[in-house]
Amino acid sequence: MGRDLLLFITVFAACAVEAVEAVTIVLAAGLTRGWRSSLAGLSVALIVLAAIVAVLGPALTVVPIDALRLVVGGLLVVFGLQWLRKAILRASGFVPLHDEEAIFARELADARAAGREPGGIDGYGFLLSFKGVLLEGLEVAFIAVTLGSSQHNVGLAAAAAVTAVAVVAAVGIVVHAPLSRVPENPLKFGVGVMLTTFGIFWGAEGAGVDWPGGDAAILAILAFTLAASLSLVAALRRRHLRTVTA
Amino acid sequence: MRHVRAFANFLYGFVIGDDPLIAVAVVAALGLTAVLTDAGLAAWWIMPLAAVGILVVSLHRATRSRGGADLRG
Repeated sequence: MGRDLLLFITVFAACAVEAVEAVTIVLAAGLTRGWRSSLAGLSVALIVLAAIVAVLGPALTVVPIDALRLVVGGLLVVFGLQWLRKAILRASGFVPLHDEEAIFARELADARAAGREPGGIDGYGFLLSFKGVLLEGLEVAFIAVTLGSSQHNVGLAAAAAVTAVAVVAAVGIVVHAPLSRVPENPLKFGVGVMLTTFGIFWGAEGAGVDWPGGDAAILAILAFTLAASLSLVAALRRRHLRTVTA
Repeated sequence: MRHVRAFANFLYGFVIGDDPLIAVAVVAALGLTAVLTDAGLAAWWIMPLAAVGILVVSLHRATRSRGGADLRG
């Protein structure tokens, strides 16, 4: 139950972060190049993502569980540390926060500047929307499938992914503007901590480790990773302040 | 050829990301865990410590020479 809840929260948060970025691009394409092209690009990208999940999900279930956990655990630690690295650099001030409004303005300007083809579906709007949704969605689809299959619960991971996308899309439709108020960096930080935690647990299990305390070890790893990451944010923040004021 | 190179670049960015050290060090830590476990030694502590150590080194590499760092995405 605890593992399932963590799985749902991790996939939901990861999908929400990427969906915010995808909605920004779809909105920019829709407002400048027409909704028909933008929504067509979105639909085709979602079909491609669904096909990838449909092929990858069942394929992973035939891989022996220890080998699967070793490979998936390793990849999750790599993904998790990359997300954490980005989030810590942003939280400590070394890198500017991801600004959805600035990205939206840039996409709008680029889309307006591009030439328009007469009649039918606008190629630029279609491709902008398709590429944005596919690229933002691929990592999340991969995370959902690998997390779900390692825990023998692809259905729950898929439900978390669909719920997150539906919630973000609904908010995007209602506000009709980039979702700049979503606390993207804290979400990214949280997802990074959870991906790293799952990755450490499964990767080590796949390598033959028996965790002291069994499944309860996940909570200890989570607390350890979270405490270390928060300490790194605090240390780098102090260092950045010293650099700026020097 | 251009498409193959673009796809290879995408795959590299997707799996390896901003700092190749992370992927290399994670594989090494998992390998060490497997070797120690095979030898009958307790190795559960390696991955948590390695993950934090890798993060510290990667952040240090990103911030050591200047006040900012480059990120994809």
